[in-house]
Amino acid sequence: MPKLGADMTVGTVVAWTRQPGEFVRRGDIVAQVDTDKGVIDIEVFATGVLEQILVLPGQTVPVGTPLATIRETGAPEERVPGAWAGPPPAEAGVAPQAPQAPPPPLPPPASAFGAGAVARAGHQPAASMAQPEPPGGMPVSAQGPPAAPARLRISPSARELARALGVDPAAVQGTGRGGAITREDIQRAAAQRAGALGRPRAEEAAAAGQPSAGAPATQQPAPGPSQAGPAQVAPPQLPPPQVAPPQAGPPQAGAPPTAAESPLAAAPMARGVQLPAEERAARMRQSIAAAMSRSKREIPHYYLGTTIDLHRAVTWLAAENERRTVTQRLLYGALLIKATALALRDFPELNGFYMDGRYKPNEAIHVGVAVSLRLGGLIAPALHHTDRLDLSTLMERLRGLVQRVRGGSLRGSELADPTITVTSLGEQGVELVLPVIYPPQVAIVGFGKVVERAWAVEGQVVVRPTITATLAADHRVSDGHRGALFLAAIDRLLQQPESL
Amino acid sequence: MSAPEATHRPGQALLSGLPREALLERLREMLRIRRFEERCAELYTQGKIHGFLHLCIGEEAVAVGAMRALRPEDNVVSTYREHGHALARGISAAAVMAEMFGKANGCSRGRGGSMHLFDAQHRFFGGHAIVGGGLPIAVGLALAARMRQEARVTCCFFGDGAVAEGVFHESLNLAALWRLPVLFLCENNLYAMGTHITRHQSQIDIARKAAAYGLPGQAVDGMAVLEVEEAARAAVAAVRAGEGPRLLEARTYRFRAHSMYDPELYRSREEVAQWKQRDPIDLLAGALRQADLLDDAALAQLEGEVAAEIDLAVAAAEAGPWEPVQDLLKDVHSPRFA
Amino acid sequence: MPTTMTYREAVRAALAEALRSDERVLLMGEDVGRYGGAFACSRGLLEEFGPERVRDTPLSEATFVGAGIGAALGGMRPIVEIMTCNFALLALDQIVNHAAIMRHMSGGQFSVPLVIRMASGGGRRVAAQHSNSFEGWFARLPGVTVLAPATVQDARTMLRGALREPDPVLIFEHILLYPVQGEVDEQADTDIRRAAVRRPGRDVSLITYGGSLPKTLAAAEQLAAEGIEAEVIDLRCLRPLDTELFLDSVRRTHRAVVVDEAWYTGSLAAEISALIMERAFYDLDAPVARVCSAEVPLPYAGHLEDAALPQAAAIERTVKEMMAGHG
Repeated sequence: MPKLGADMTVGTVVAWTRQPGEFVRRGDIVAQVDTDKGVIDIEVFATGVLEQILVLPGQTVPVGTPLATIRETGAPEERVPGAWAGPPPAEAGVAPQAPQAPPPPLPPPASAFGAGAVARAGHQPAASMAQPEPPGGMPVSAQGPPAAPARLRISPSARELARALGVDPAAVQGTGRGGAITREDIQRAAAQRAGALGRPRAEEAAAAGQPSAGAPATQQPAPGPSQAGPAQVAPPQLPPPQVAPPQAGPPQAGAPPTAAESPLAAAPMARGVQLPAEERAARMRQSIAAAMSRSKREIPHYYLGTTIDLHRAVTWLAAENERRTVTQRLLYGALLIKATALALRDFPELNGFYMDGRYKPNEAIHVGVAVSLRLGGLIAPALHHTDRLDLSTLMERLRGLVQRVRGGSLRGSELADPTITVTSLGEQGVELVLPVIYPPQVAIVGFGKVVERAWAVEGQVVVRPTITATLAADHRVSDGHRGALFLAAIDRLLQQPESL
Repeated sequence: MSAPEATHRPGQALLSGLPREALLERLREMLRIRRFEERCAELYTQGKIHGFLHLCIGEEAVAVGAMRALRPEDNVVSTYREHGHALARGISAAAVMAEMFGKANGCSRGRGGSMHLFDAQHRFFGGHAIVGGGLPIAVGLALAARMRQEARVTCCFFGDGAVAEGVFHESLNLAALWRLPVLFLCENNLYAMGTHITRHQSQIDIARKAAAYGLPGQAVDGMAVLEVEEAARAAVAAVRAGEGPRLLEARTYRFRAHSMYDPELYRSREEVAQWKQRDPIDLLAGALRQADLLDDAALAQLEGEVAAEIDLAVAAAEAGPWEPVQDLLKDVHSPRFA
Repeated sequence: MPTTMTYREAVRAALAEALRSDERVLLMGEDVGRYGGAFACSRGLLEEFGPERVRDTPLSEATFVGAGIGAALGGMRPIVEIMTCNFALLALDQIVNHAAIMRHMSGGQFSVPLVIRMASGGGRRVAAQHSNSFEGWFARLPGVTVLAPATVQDARTMLRGALREPDPVLIFEHILLYPVQGEVDEQADTDIRRAAVRRPGRDVSLITYGGSLPKTLAAAEQLAAEGIEAEVIDLRCLRPLDTELFLDSVRRTHRAVVVDEAWYTGSLAAEISALIMERAFYDLDAPVARVCSAEVPLPYAGHLEDAALPQAAAIERTVKEMMAGHG
């Protein structure tokens, strides 16, 4: 039964116009077949004797079923070698051979709208049927399969936060629309619990969790002014090896507060989520080892350093902080980060990623701020669009970041997005930092401690606060000349603190 | 409307004016298209070719005659019944057959299939399967040629069905208004799929529609290759000379069904048989025999050459690679700023 | 050196620049020449560049768009103006079945570097046949780039980027934006595929484009007065979407409202909502909300038209409802 259209699956023989034993030529009509579209003549593509009719009038068969056999005679030039599949060379079926195997099936449709051709999980039937997994691969329900009585009304983000903070959402009263539990409810619950336990620094959580009336801004994980003093959160500090959190796990698994340090850690954690502290520390150490080994193996670092006079910056900062409330005060670390971010605008070769053998500058500037963990290890999450943040916002974000590093509520994007890293080890008392680039970034800026030095100004020796800024950069992407100009640009910006 | 009577023979001028080799070449081209399409029909029933397959068997004289009037630098815009146009334009049988198979060595890299043959090298701007869709594009190609002061003519094929589309009228109007170098070539095979021209046109003399837009229109016997060629040459010359567009209507007939899956409920076997009396291949072969320019041996030799080429084309299509599925999204956009 | 001009003047300056800087560029469409353009966007161009390059066409949308395709194939860089997107439906076949797919269907042989501009949107009391927003329909098409310049700056500079694209670009200019004044840096180049944060904020992401941007910014100002800091994102390019930019915003704010003048059903807003669901679900603290047009052909009477279209007040209300219970 020949296939005559893409939508033809079966045909019914209506009549044979030629009989067995008759000689038929290529192109002759031998039968009529009834299809969904009507009766169609069937021609043969071989010349010879119609030997045997296999499908009688009235019979319906699928396409591909042999209808008759032809014993070919002569006309060799009309034969198509290999045209028929089954029968031996002397016998050719009127019906065609089975259609050739089509190309392998298509992949699931890729994104139609997105800029890249990124497949969207939601378009894959398998994925859409399965329970969605959060980024990081944690099971949605830590409680096991849902034999759930009444389903909890809780926002996806709040559910994640509850898990991270160890809050049991079932015990939380929701204040969102329709009684839904929101992030804020979880934060409040965590803070109340911490307060009840009377642990130190409970006020931090409380500040995050208790919004003042009419201040929706406190929806941010840690947006509100923290009661924590500057010394507790900044300047960010950490040892030179810059590293990401363990790749396998979500941020909270990699940045755990210790029981002794965090009021939250004392609370029962969602089951099945937290690893033992030693295990977490070991994993973090492994991933630091992997990243730094790769960095030292693959990246030809070059190092530059310069000492910067901070007199203007410190003076301006003191005056500025006079005008601010305690919680709004700026730290000089914020100036260093902002100056670095602004300087980067003119140095795209230091702000981006080296991947797959080529460098891709990143238009947006997301400075990663290295934060050391008390348990050991470190994380360098991003301050998004650092160059566009005013100092107050930058400071606020910085505080929030440090808090969240300790609270374990970093977002995936904060960890993946840094386009460059800044590390400061001044608090530890060192003057010079020679940092290691965190791949696939291509540069890292280090700041040592603020040291009062004898400094020559217009022929006079004066005492000035100074800081040594260093740059480690990837020689595959930039050269020392540009690196030097970059450090000089940071210096220049720090001489005009009011314009930061 | 029945087949035009072959009483007058304007093609005689070419018959007497062209050398034997050139005449045999035209016969060979028509045979090549005919045999190619017959093989396509066979391969379709075997499941090697998929989708729609529209054969132009019976209409070969239009493709061959018109293409002979064009130069390599001219543009061609075609329809979904365009195997003949593509082959006569010079696209290799292998590239067209591989496209039918959906292979990566097809002339559209397997993205187009039977109805969407493209070839940049031959300035073949597509088989288009939206009836009438190619006409405005042809007008634009002609506009570009005019503005760039290139001596290109754009030849746009379409069927009688397209004459009922609004873009036919819009395109003739715009091309005439701007005096653009387009040859509008209507292959009138009397049927818009299954609807006879008397059932879809109030004025069945298509050539006369040109008058409404102020451009010359002419009808020609589409079964006589030399007549088509002669008329096309005259029209192309006028277009190239800057006289504005021309409409040429070639009256022809398709011997086979609209597509493979068509029981032909709309026409009688007698009508088909009557038209087959004026098979364009037989007409030319007969004339050549009468003039002692063709004998059985010469014809057999032509058939042999054609069969060999088609065998090779099928082999190339069979052997051609499937495009890897990971390249699925290729060519949706150009590589940026390439 | 920034200069001040209207959106309309910006479009005109962009067209003039295009015609001046590339002799392959031509402008064609209904009344673009003598009349100066239905929205006066091409006034003076016929005089400067002549009738060969600034072409008045008959009222034949399918054919002059198709001619644009052909001219692009033939080596020109045509800019076709369709008076409004309502009339683009007459050319839908040429855009959808030809321009968008020719490169792919020809196996990469024939690109169509064609720019089609059209006005879109409602709010002028001209009733249903002249008030449609069809951007979202066209943004469904693989093979085209769809732009919606919402600022005077973008009206001035996006065309430059569009003409650099090797494939078809559709530009939708909201009718109500033409008289808007703004500052323009003539030299600024803009990456046409990037969305922009028009107003930073931390509490909710308002995602919009085109003629809805001013309304959304107005709503954001109102909200700020009440202590809600809304981040306003101007998509600029509707295909391909700068997905990462708005997802990044939603991941920071945990809330999203999409403002789109098209109808709700099957809209671009629906697509954006789906993308957020697929890729930022666990960052959400509230369901994504949409402010779109009521499912009605836009009525003539002003009070009814206003009620049908997204307005700043509705955006504000939607955000507040979303924030309910959050101080």
